[in-house]
Amino acid sequence: MSITYKLENISKIYDGKQILNIKELEFKTGEIFGLVGPSGAGKSTLLRLLNFLEKPSSGRIKYNGNGYLDGTLPDLDQRRSITTVLQRSALLHQSVWKNVIFPLEIRDIKITKAKSSEIEELLQYLGLYEIKDQRADKLSGGEAQRVAMARAVVFEPDVLLLDEPTSNLDPSNISIIEKMIQRYIKKAGKTIIMVTHNIMQAKRLADRVGLIYEGEMIEVAEKNKFFNNPERNLTEKFLDGELIY
Amino acid sequence: MDTLIEGFQEALKLLISLDREVLQIIAVSLRVSGTALVFSVLIGLPLGTFLGLANFPGKKIITAFLYTGMGFPPVVVGLFVFIIFSNAGPLGDLNWLFTTRAIVVAQTVIALPLVAGFIMTAVMGVDKNLLLQLRSLGVTRVQMIWTIIKEARLGALIAIIAGFGAVISEVGAVMLVGGNIQGKTRVLTTAIMLETRQGRFGLAIALGLILLVITFIINIFMLNLQEKERS
Repeated sequence: MSITYKLENISKIYDGKQILNIKELEFKTGEIFGLVGPSGAGKSTLLRLLNFLEKPSSGRIKYNGNGYLDGTLPDLDQRRSITTVLQRSALLHQSVWKNVIFPLEIRDIKITKAKSSEIEELLQYLGLYEIKDQRADKLSGGEAQRVAMARAVVFEPDVLLLDEPTSNLDPSNISIIEKMIQRYIKKAGKTIIMVTHNIMQAKRLADRVGLIYEGEMIEVAEKNKFFNNPERNLTEKFLDGELIY
Repeated sequence: MDTLIEGFQEALKLLISLDREVLQIIAVSLRVSGTALVFSVLIGLPLGTFLGLANFPGKKIITAFLYTGMGFPPVVVGLFVFIIFSNAGPLGDLNWLFTTRAIVVAQTVIALPLVAGFIMTAVMGVDKNLLLQLRSLGVTRVQMIWTIIKEARLGALIAIIAGFGAVISEVGAVMLVGGNIQGKTRVLTTAIMLETRQGRFGLAIALGLILLVITFIINIFMLNLQEKERS
């Protein structure tokens, strides 16, 4: 398995306060990585660094073998191979269809007949086809998040970062999005890193799980080992619900 | 009361007969205010968008100037434009004073703070989460700005309505720099003023009604667009 990301001595400081301090961390191509931890632990900050939306205060992020030291950024093509689905879906005040094809439009990808059928199939899969002409700002929370998911996968990024994509959703919407995640990871060369507060979701989806606490990676392990036989006391406490979040 | 009734009767006559002078005044008004609006949008849209998005030292002062401009007495704008284009002024050689060009300049200056200010507010109101999402989807800087403008289009529409309302109904600056010359720089507001002073209430009321109708139609049109956007 090749390595998508390698983080070395990454630190992020806001207003003099250290938010992240990660000595070493790798994300492998083809895996779903579940990132868990209490609120304010630095999970979302880490995703923003991985998406190159923010620069680390120091350290090196290696992406696809290229190193980016102390906040240098990859070129646009490289950055466009990564995207994030945010916790609160941020959609354009346009139709569902327009929202979904937006990433293709900004990449000057023509919507051919074949591409159009592909998108329609994606919308069918996510239960959005019937409402494709509806305005996105009129949708329910679950529908909006499914549109955000469709928009994220439509251009087939190599890295899909998910920031609590199913929080506040009902079970049927959670199920649709989880199925989409499982379907997407089957495509060649994809990596999914998912922040979740839902331990059961991490159990269902992730190949490896990492606990982040006060900006530091406490433990990273294969799913079964993480949940059944954690090495660190803090991980046990977290799984037992003793860490406040 | 009789004067008012007679005035309305004469106004109706003038409107029904499509009086040549009235039509000319309407045409000058629409041409001048329309041109000024176009210029104020051309300058105000990028300026408002920039102020809404960028953070730089001195932004507060520029914003304060903009807000001051929104409430600036138009007649004072007229005074400055008059001085600039007068023989003693820096642009006196252009001989624009008492032409529609000078009115366009004055009206552009009057509408600009409104257009830029409303657009700035609309851009600032675009969801910050969306900005983060757009970057995450891989927009370039130009694509980001264009998308934000499209997202802020309702605010932009309000800016245009406000700008047009301000210039079409303005009288002080237009009178100063345009001179109210018949057939040349006479617009609806200055004509109303003149006709009222001369006791020709019929024409004054007719022009007043036309001004009201024009403003009403444009507002209805803009509101329809707004409704369409929302539905």
